[in-house]
Amino acid sequence: MPKIPGMFKGLGVTFNTLMKTATEGANTVQYPHEKEIPPTRARGVIALHEGNCTSCMLCVRSCPDWCIYIEAHKELAPPRRAGGAARKVNELDRFDIDYALCMYCGICVDVCPFDALFWSPEYEYSEPRIADLLHDKAKLGEWMETVPEAPELEVGADKKGKK
Amino acid sequence: MNSFALVSAELPYWSQSLLRVLGGLVAVLLPAGTVVYLFLFKMMSFMQSRLGPMEAGPYGSMQLLAEVAKWLQKEDVIPARADKFIFKIAPLVVLMSTFLLVAVVPFGPDAWFTNFEAGVFYMLAVSSVSVLGILMAGWASANKYSLLGGLRAAGQLIAYELPMVLAVVGVVIQAGTMNLQGIVVAQNAGSMFGWSGLGNPYFVTQFVGFVIFMIAVQAELTQTPFDMPIAESELVAGYMTEYSGFRFLIFFIGEFATAGVFAMIAAVLFLGGWAVPFSWFGWTDMDSIDNWMNVVGPLILFTKMLALVFIIMWVRFSSPRFREDQLQRFAWKVLIPISLANIMVTAVLKVAF
Repeated sequence: MPKIPGMFKGLGVTFNTLMKTATEGANTVQYPHEKEIPPTRARGVIALHEGNCTSCMLCVRSCPDWCIYIEAHKELAPPRRAGGAARKVNELDRFDIDYALCMYCGICVDVCPFDALFWSPEYEYSEPRIADLLHDKAKLGEWMETVPEAPELEVGADKKGKK
Repeated sequence: MNSFALVSAELPYWSQSLLRVLGGLVAVLLPAGTVVYLFLFKMMSFMQSRLGPMEAGPYGSMQLLAEVAKWLQKEDVIPARADKFIFKIAPLVVLMSTFLLVAVVPFGPDAWFTNFEAGVFYMLAVSSVSVLGILMAGWASANKYSLLGGLRAAGQLIAYELPMVLAVVGVVIQAGTMNLQGIVVAQNAGSMFGWSGLGNPYFVTQFVGFVIFMIAVQAELTQTPFDMPIAESELVAGYMTEYSGFRFLIFFIGEFATAGVFAMIAAVLFLGGWAVPFSWFGWTDMDSIDNWMNVVGPLILFTKMLALVFIIMWVRFSSPRFREDQLQRFAWKVLIPISLANIMVTAVLKVAF
């Protein structure tokens, strides 16, 4: 059988796509009218669990485009046991992420040693004013509600290493 | 008899001219709008598995008006070192060639703008006027990309003018006339081997010529396999680089109106134009055709035009671009020899039968 020239194959591909789109609908989603549900692990927005944050600044320092701003001060907390010395804890004054700068690399989430930052699949937070893309502590905390449950560990993954 | 035979008896010359101008506007802008919406917006989207414009009007049908409004309100930028007068009139020259082209297209037995005896000759001559406009645009923009694009366009359009002319010569030999109206009649009054059920549309007997003509049209329109002059990955937008707003809109209309008009001419030359095979209604020649063909004829021609533009656009959306040397080699070494052979065979067969 002689080889079909690539040009006619190409015409066939486009024509089949045309018929498929006309009969079964397009691959695209008509966004404002219907919403695409992103995968649960999608990198939509970064949420902050404030109670876990120790303002260690690791996320600030690891951020490639310096879009995280942390200010904190030390406070004395009551001792854990009666008679002990008062503990020093870091109290967060400010935790802002500037989503106008953020490039969604997720290094801050990876680097956080206390699980204070999480990925949420939410993506609808565009703003008319660029300054409103600076999400403060309260707003980042609200995103926590949208963070999906961590998936089940694989079998055997929770075993402590032998060493 | 002319295109407004019913009214021309009472109307003075100026109103006849006005009617002709309005008719010309409709005959150029209606195909252009249809081609852009139906093919450029919708068919292209569907071939890429998306829906295209959907918000402006039902199924995005008003999108074109929105685009035109957008272009009209844009600033008309003229580069400081451009040749201002030439720069300004270049798009008009391109559009003018489209209007000149539509003047010879017959839309019905009496519905035409002019009825040249040498219609084919005129058509081939004015279709090359757009090369002038493109060269003017490329040169006057004072921009290296524009100049390269303009020169490429000139080289390409001249190279593909030849196979186009030679492909049409076959039709002219077979029809025995250069009058486009006469070619329509010859096709629909004719018969294939004594069977006149379909007339004798020349895309059957002149199939080689038809294919060459469509390839040449594709190149004349600088549609994709031959869009070297506006190759966006190397020349920004070729000769259109410096144009914005209204002047870009004119280039845009010119491109797609010319696509529509060339498809109409191809339909006239190869698919039987505005007519149905005369044997269907027992007609024999021009004088026996019923008057209602003046209304139905343009619709038939429009349908045939859409079918041909579908092919042009289909190839456009499916093909990658030729390299400059491949493009020239294809015209000079493949198309021209084939069309010359086609003319020879047609002439021999014409004499033999």
